[in-house]
Amino acid sequence: MDQPILTTTPPLLTARGLHKTYGPISAVNGVDLEVYPGETIGIVGESGSGKSTILRLLNLEEPPDAGDYALAIPAWAERNLFELNRYERRMLRVHHIGIVYQNPHMGLRMRATSGGNVAERLIMAGERSYATLRASARASLAVSEFPLDRVDDIPARLSGGMQQRVQLAKAIALRPALLLLDEPTTGLDVSVQALVIDTLLRLRREQPIATIIVSHDLGVIRTLADRVLVMRHGVVVERGLTDQILEDPQHPYTQQLVHAKL
Amino acid sequence: MPLLTVQNFNKTFAIHALEREVGAFADVNFTLHPGELLLVRGPNGVGKSTLLRCLYRTYLPSGGQAYYQSAAGMIDLANAADVDITQLRRSEIGNVSQFLRPRPRVSARELVMEPLLQAGVSSETACEQAEEWLGAFGVKAAIWSAYPTTFSGGEQQKVNLARALIAPRRLVLLDEPSASLDAGARAALRDRIITLKARGVAMIAVFHHAEDIAGLVDNVIELALP
Repeated sequence: MDQPILTTTPPLLTARGLHKTYGPISAVNGVDLEVYPGETIGIVGESGSGKSTILRLLNLEEPPDAGDYALAIPAWAERNLFELNRYERRMLRVHHIGIVYQNPHMGLRMRATSGGNVAERLIMAGERSYATLRASARASLAVSEFPLDRVDDIPARLSGGMQQRVQLAKAIALRPALLLLDEPTTGLDVSVQALVIDTLLRLRREQPIATIIVSHDLGVIRTLADRVLVMRHGVVVERGLTDQILEDPQHPYTQQLVHAKL
Repeated sequence: MPLLTVQNFNKTFAIHALEREVGAFADVNFTLHPGELLLVRGPNGVGKSTLLRCLYRTYLPSGGQAYYQSAAGMIDLANAADVDITQLRRSEIGNVSQFLRPRPRVSARELVMEPLLQAGVSSETACEQAEEWLGAFGVKAAIWSAYPTTFSGGEQQKVNLARALIAPRRLVLLDEPSASLDAGARAALRDRIITLKARGVAMIAVFHHAEDIAGLVDNVIELALP
């Protein structure tokens, strides 16, 4: 396939040669990835194919065994982000990367209020005024369609769908350049899934955020992703436009995966 | 200058589970100028829809070239990078599929507004235009705020057409757009095609009822079974 010629803006995210092993297991084995501003990339593949590991690496939660990672953000663009120190890592994550985990316990403090969970992100970014914190947290919760009369409820007392909305509000509170979604709708009932998807689509229209979504739900991927990477055993076996991957898959594994759908 | 020049275009599906290849169409050649309507004809299963999907890149072409004169320069649709195709779909190339893909919780009006909002049109203007298009295709105002997931096939297709044709495009692919429409909506579609042609929009179409576009066709390609 040709290099992009019409798309003149550089990718927001460029990752090269990602490798990660856990003991004898090679979780990610040489993955390259670009995400352009405003674009949503889906990653699909069976459990254990390395999808979530990629998100953890890109969220700088753990170091890779090898790889380069750059985000085209002023002040950071020239750095290999895997080489940042702890403080820099934290700053980058607070200001520029949002993440929503499948398991809300990973992303939220379950005993702090919902508003407090979102405000925490703003405090880490240096905001100190209580009035500003409260107003910004509420605004962000409103964007993710969280009912504002429940701002003072703790996530432990919320439904799964509500917890995901708090995670999303926290993730987008500082308008990150990169949003990482790890099975954000898995385990939610269908109507809540629709709500979360709808919120994500609206958000994306309002700001040119670059998004990576990992999901085994091909319906979610079809609705949200512009392009898809298909992973198996830690490598990308196929990549392409979402509709092309779903309707004209080339690789034997992708054909199997797509046709396994009910 | 042609908008699209297609040369030696062909498509073969490799079905790994069956260990076989299935040929769709081969050696398709044509040129298309702004404002022209090209009709693709042939018996069932000959690859008419497949040809449109290969140009839109829902299917990966197996060979040949499709040089498209985009506003930003010449590009070969058969080999263009995925991100370039994404960009063209957002701004230049439209596609009317055989079916609407409704989303839960999204109303008919919102579905039709979406391509305009994406193009940066204000939501007020987008709303006005969306309602005008829905009305033109005979979708009753009472259901503009309803969710098309519950609509009949014909009503869904009207929403689908309004959504696909409302956004300003330079090339539009139409795959049997009138198949499930009533007479009124078919007449409305004809009107819209005339308007689009007058604006210089080029179209490639497969039509089940060829009479719907009688007199509007500038060129025909006939696909034949091997």
